[in-house]
Amino acid sequence: MKMYDMPDVRGHFGQFGGTFVAETLVEALEELRLVYEKYRHDPEFLAEYAHDLKHFVGRPSPIYHAKRLSDKVGGGQIYLKREDLNHTGAHKVNNTVGQALLAKRMGKPRVIAETGAGQHGVATATIAARLGLECVVYMGSEDVKRQAPNVYKMKLLGATVVPVESGSKTLKDALNEAMRDWVTNISNTFYIIGTVAGPHPYPMMVRDFQAIIGIESKVQMQEMLGRQPDAVVACVGGGSNAMGIFYPYIDVSNVRLIGVEAAGHGLETGRHAAPLTANSPIGVLHGNRTYLMQNEDGQIIETHSISAGLDYPGVGPEHAWLKDIKRAEYVAITDDEAMAAFHQLCRIEGIIPALESSHALAYAEKLAKTMDKDQIILVNLSGRGDKDINTVAGLSGITI
Amino acid sequence: MSRIQSTFATLKQKDKKALIPYITAGDPHPKHTVTLMHTLVNSGADMIELGVPFSDPMADGPVIQRASERALLHKVGLRHVLEMVQEFRKTDTDTPIILMGYANPIEAMGAESFAKRASDAGVDGVLTVDYPPEESAEFIQSLHTHGVDSIYLLSPTTEPARIQLIVNQASGFLYYVSLKGVTGAANLDINSVKERVAEIRTLTNLPIGVGFGVRDAETAKNVAKIADAVVVGSRMVQTVEQSTEENLISNVSALMRELRAAIDS
Repeated sequence: MKMYDMPDVRGHFGQFGGTFVAETLVEALEELRLVYEKYRHDPEFLAEYAHDLKHFVGRPSPIYHAKRLSDKVGGGQIYLKREDLNHTGAHKVNNTVGQALLAKRMGKPRVIAETGAGQHGVATATIAARLGLECVVYMGSEDVKRQAPNVYKMKLLGATVVPVESGSKTLKDALNEAMRDWVTNISNTFYIIGTVAGPHPYPMMVRDFQAIIGIESKVQMQEMLGRQPDAVVACVGGGSNAMGIFYPYIDVSNVRLIGVEAAGHGLETGRHAAPLTANSPIGVLHGNRTYLMQNEDGQIIETHSISAGLDYPGVGPEHAWLKDIKRAEYVAITDDEAMAAFHQLCRIEGIIPALESSHALAYAEKLAKTMDKDQIILVNLSGRGDKDINTVAGLSGITI
Repeated sequence: MSRIQSTFATLKQKDKKALIPYITAGDPHPKHTVTLMHTLVNSGADMIELGVPFSDPMADGPVIQRASERALLHKVGLRHVLEMVQEFRKTDTDTPIILMGYANPIEAMGAESFAKRASDAGVDGVLTVDYPPEESAEFIQSLHTHGVDSIYLLSPTTEPARIQLIVNQASGFLYYVSLKGVTGAANLDINSVKERVAEIRTLTNLPIGVGFGVRDAETAKNVAKIADAVVVGSRMVQTVEQSTEENLISNVSALMRELRAAIDS
């Protein structure tokens, strides 16, 4: 059988992906593409990356059998890949460690990043501090207000946080602004994109750096249970944690791959962030072609999710491809369903999950009910919920 | 011969350079756009670059971003922009119109359908900022089939082999971006522009326009000495932004006359 080998040399996943950028960015992306080609199989680079993941991030992250949750839900057994236990509290750091090592090798003294909830911003600021790089993080001004603790963390770590006032003042606008910075400061700046979107080589490169999640999972499941799970479930905003755990399983055809998007107030209300599940049209944004939430004029529309990390109108092009070839399934979970799953995991397993990851948990619970007791679901618990306690408290009318 | 080609040919005979102002369609209000276009022509424009509003203008600086946002408040989309061009064409059949914008509104309309409708409306050229040559061969084919020119950007970092690739797909003229950065970022460095334009001329006979960073009459004059066309964007949009409904036409007209005089001197 032919092994999965996407994307092509120009970053296409079928009709998705590619390099849709202004000419002013083309040379910088070409430089990055060549540098990444050079190092992605370089033993010395990979050894340094592995060393940082082990000693700085704290990998491998464990897999935990959520036995009480499984018993309560009834049906399949739910296992959690504990990315929430990483340094900085989420999977994001796997990628920033990798890209920052590339920045070092390219001799770039300055890194920039976009961030929504602030997790990728914190992960970037963290690695920049460790490597002595100047760090500027772009964040929509609405998100700056909503995520004050993460803004302060980034400042503690020595980063400059720039509130973005344009457009909808959220993640997509932060990405636009970071691109504008990059095109202006190309010679000394490395742009660390946080998800599997953007122009080539970002979707491939971020996937590769996140693939450690799935690589470890395969080994750990074999060790723990002598078999692989029946289904792998992960939340999808841009889709980096999902690509990270899906990618090593793509060629294992009897493992179902399920991406969970944010249905917000419900798909029927239009106030959601689920372009795949809602069958949004295909379009071009942020350097790649993918499914995009847009109006009839091709303007990108505002999205809604309780979880800032899923609040994005597009989705990584590889997810669009996996949907079209039917290798992965995509479903959506509402704000309310995610909140219920959040509280359930807190109370039953003693783990406070991120609101993003709570979407994956909520779907895993639904799926488990349809399964036999000996069937296994592996959920990517992509982050911890400390950052969300203000949001959750607010919903209960409590101010912390 | 396309309207863009014949405009350049006529100017060359008169030993003059083209002045191409940019405005965003629908800014500050859709009711002003066609009037503004005629004003631009009456006060010295040889061609007009008409921006198509987009929600995520990644390659634009704050001035043109705000113009897009003002237009989007009135829900101005690509189909409305084409209607404006059609309206303009009722009384002006000579001045070339170049649409400048981003890929997604075109994809939403359908590339082939857009090419036909643009041609029918009287559009002469299309510059799609985020369609590099590798990703746009089919689209360019559609444009050319319908007699619409494909305008491409060249940047200070574009390598000669790539310039060749772009030249092979470009028609009408080439648009050299004079600085690293977004639109309206800073003043351009005339000496480096001069060197680059000379280098590009060894690879193509297409006319070369220079834009991004032409902020005043003095710069326009210097650019006109080395390029075939001078594009003035952010400065023009800034004038629109700072005008009231009463003095909009007179302010834009005054800026145009100043630029025209500088270029012709």
